[in-house]
Amino acid sequence: MIDYLREIISGTWSLFVGLGITIRYFFKPVVTVQYPHQTLPMTPRFRGHIELVKDEETGATKCIVCGMCQKACPSNCITVNGEKQEGVKGKVLTEYTLDFTKCSLCGLCVESCPPKAIAFSKDYNLAGVKKEAYIFDLKKRLEAKN
Amino acid sequence: MSAFVQSEANETFVLNLGPQHPATHGVLRVKLTMDGEYIVEAEPVLGYIHRMHEKMGENRTWAQFLPNTGRMDYLHALAFNHGYVAVVERAAGIEVPERAEYLRVITSELNRVSSHLLWFGAFILDLGGFSPLLYAFDDREHILDLLESVTGSRLTYCYFRFGGVYNDIDADFVAGARAFIKRLRDRMPMYHNLVTKNIILMKRLQDVGPISAEMCRKYGATGPVCRGSGINFDVRKHEPYSIYPEMDFDVPVYEHGDSMARYMVRMDEIEQSLRIVEQALDKLPEGPVMAEKVPKIIKPAKGDYYHAVETARGSFGVRVVSDGTNTPYRLKLRSPTFSNLSLYGEACRGMLLPDALALMGSLDLVIPEIDR
Repeated sequence: MIDYLREIISGTWSLFVGLGITIRYFFKPVVTVQYPHQTLPMTPRFRGHIELVKDEETGATKCIVCGMCQKACPSNCITVNGEKQEGVKGKVLTEYTLDFTKCSLCGLCVESCPPKAIAFSKDYNLAGVKKEAYIFDLKKRLEAKN
Repeated sequence: MSAFVQSEANETFVLNLGPQHPATHGVLRVKLTMDGEYIVEAEPVLGYIHRMHEKMGENRTWAQFLPNTGRMDYLHALAFNHGYVAVVERAAGIEVPERAEYLRVITSELNRVSSHLLWFGAFILDLGGFSPLLYAFDDREHILDLLESVTGSRLTYCYFRFGGVYNDIDADFVAGARAFIKRLRDRMPMYHNLVTKNIILMKRLQDVGPISAEMCRKYGATGPVCRGSGINFDVRKHEPYSIYPEMDFDVPVYEHGDSMARYMVRMDEIEQSLRIVEQALDKLPEGPVMAEKVPKIIKPAKGDYYHAVETARGSFGVRVVSDGTNTPYRLKLRSPTFSNLSLYGEACRGMLLPDALALMGSLDLVIPEIDR
């Protein structure tokens, strides 16, 4: 009988202790931010989808069309094409398409790239309504930046 | 546990729990044969999220399977990364620099804490309490920020590589991790006052869903489930890998075997993981984070290799069979929750439905890892 009463009293007390904690936190500052009106800074190593890196000297892409990224990709989401042009050493990039619907952001392409011509973007606002919105033409994106 | 007497009319009905039920945390379906509020038989039905990870491993190169590992157990992705890279390193004979091993342990222990915090929130949510989830997610967010600053992603990490890790940590990470350890240690008494000592939680968990040590052995249950039943088994202690032998930590074991024991094991494990991170940060050696002579195309010698690691849910083992080519011949993944779920049918026989859901929550199920 005494144990029963003791349990009721200690049990009720434990509920008040819990309420006390939640009330204390109610008066503490808010820890969330109101996205999209407020955003947090991105970490420098954030791995978004890949994008082509601009060569600072020439303004063009650093890509040498070796196809290593295409081979390294586990999901076959990269398509690279190039052609021989007169007066230019090596191949010239004509197409660099990323199918972001299949990409799993593993970063194996970035690691495999010999001239370091691709890098992660900081893009994360990627909501869309059409599948085509996720087939990125990275060459066009680079040219649009210039 | 409530006494269970089958009614004389022997009338039962089938209750379908899931695959879209919030308490099953994903797409697990359980076929319950009920006698009133009591469970006569429970049969978990799997296969709703089967993605053929094992088969996928057989038709891609060794390195290309890496992103898959983080997508099995999305809550403790780094331990799954670790299990796979460790077995391939064993097969190919790659030596890992010491600093890389330290980074692996630091990041995967932080990941374990984040996994336990998420489990804590979701488990209390199953039992009907909402606020603890918000507090747990507040703490977990700090870990995700820390891990994002070093790995680049927030959930499905792909950070370990054969022979090391993807990139090095900086002073900010070390300072951030130390600050987080202090913060979580200050918050743990709050969690215990708010949740552990709460009379409603105690009544819901104590003596509910007992799992005996014998049942754990029968079904091969590992992790907090078997440690809550009095079996002292932790891969980090009993088949040590990486730098765990140099770390000083305890394996929390509770004898009682009820849902409360499993709850306490995980709460204590948070503190032990923080101890490991603290020690590893103190001892962190200088040096490279990637082995120098890692071949670009990995072709392990012919043979059969196995490596197990301790994840937040138990022992995760990878067995690979190599035929000397650049793709695995066979890849077998032994995932912990599959075994932990197997005992559910036997353990919840004769229980009330709400108690059975408390037991399911205390098993800490991650469905993509069960189905693979």
